[in-house]
Amino acid sequence: MVNLIRNFGRWGLGVFERLGRGHIFLFHILMGIPSVLARFGLLIQQMMSVGVLSLLIILVSGLFVGMVLGLQGYNTLVDFGAEQSLGVVVALSLVRELGPVVASLLFAGRAGSALTAEIGLMKSTEQLSGMEMMAVDPIKRVIAPRFLAGFISLPLLATIFSAIGVVGGFFVGVGLLGVDDGAFWSQMQAKVDFSEDIMNGVIKSIVFGFVVTWIAVFEGYDAVPTSEGVSRATTRTVVHSALAILGLDFVLTALMFGNI
Amino acid sequence: MHNSKTVEIIVGLFVALGLAALFMLAMKVSNLSTYSGDSGYVVTARFENIGGLKVRSPVTVAGVRVGRVSNIGFDNTTYEAVVSMSISGDYNTLPTDTSASIFTAGLLGEQYIALEPGGDEKYLQQGGEVRLTQSAIVLEQVIGQFLYSQAEGGGDK
Repeated sequence: MVNLIRNFGRWGLGVFERLGRGHIFLFHILMGIPSVLARFGLLIQQMMSVGVLSLLIILVSGLFVGMVLGLQGYNTLVDFGAEQSLGVVVALSLVRELGPVVASLLFAGRAGSALTAEIGLMKSTEQLSGMEMMAVDPIKRVIAPRFLAGFISLPLLATIFSAIGVVGGFFVGVGLLGVDDGAFWSQMQAKVDFSEDIMNGVIKSIVFGFVVTWIAVFEGYDAVPTSEGVSRATTRTVVHSALAILGLDFVLTALMFGNI
Repeated sequence: MHNSKTVEIIVGLFVALGLAALFMLAMKVSNLSTYSGDSGYVVTARFENIGGLKVRSPVTVAGVRVGRVSNIGFDNTTYEAVVSMSISGDYNTLPTDTSASIFTAGLLGEQYIALEPGGDEKYLQQGGEVRLTQSAIVLEQVIGQFLYSQAEGGGDK
């Protein structure tokens, strides 16, 4: 019984220790960001591998999510004779929720896991210690550019996701199901507000970008430097990112749209 | 590995695509293109009952949207709702004896304020008040009255 309580306590201490390490690590990254801006080439390279290479999966999933929303929304709305509102349904669900959330989940799976694995392998092959030996700060040289690249890329990807999703909904709604073209766009424009809906979606994606990249680089940097440790760290990145995204999404939605 | 110039160009295109998507959302999806800025003026109106009216509900004249509800308050002394409407500066020739009614768009649609211009030669200014108002129709009251009148009519026969 005492052992049980002791194990529980050890687990709790471990969690808090990791949380503390994570925040100190974040502080170091933020301190390293000015030096990244001085060496812009590093950031560009990371934007390429983190952002541009995630573009295809974002484009394809955005298109299909928009098309599914168009189909499902139409089937529900047509019962009320309100299929003209299809544009509103598609646009609001995308810019408020699905754009930021699904894009972030995909980003965590596509780019976050890659970041963790890359940094974890650098650590286990002692490249990071090698850098320290040569008086190069690995946080400034390796971590901060990746962090900044993810933080900038995800809002862009989420916006692209929403935009392409609206186009997908348009194809299905207007092209296949015969909703009126003018009503689709005009109802959408009447009901979707720029600062309330679109900017709040962008703010969400900025928060998710921050959290997902933070988790990814921290898990990589904090990984046990063995092949098993790196694989565990990669798994943790995806799981923790997904949990953080969905949990934060509820909090942000409650703050932005919930009137709580 | 890629040539660093190509990488820079591709990343530049990526950022441009992201901004273009935001621009498309702003112009094509949201109402930003029809939004005329804060050059409007605010008038208030008092209603006995505003029904389901909300902040940002449309304000129309002859069916054309001229502004939005900017604030809804409550007067503790007269027990009336005080609705502030922000009306675009383009429509600054509404007479002072304009009347305001709360209507519903369609059977299940949202509620909006319809302004009916009067014949006065003076125009509503910033901070002015619309005095002639008609409250929202509450469906339960209408049904109640209808049932009541039916019951009365039945009793006469």
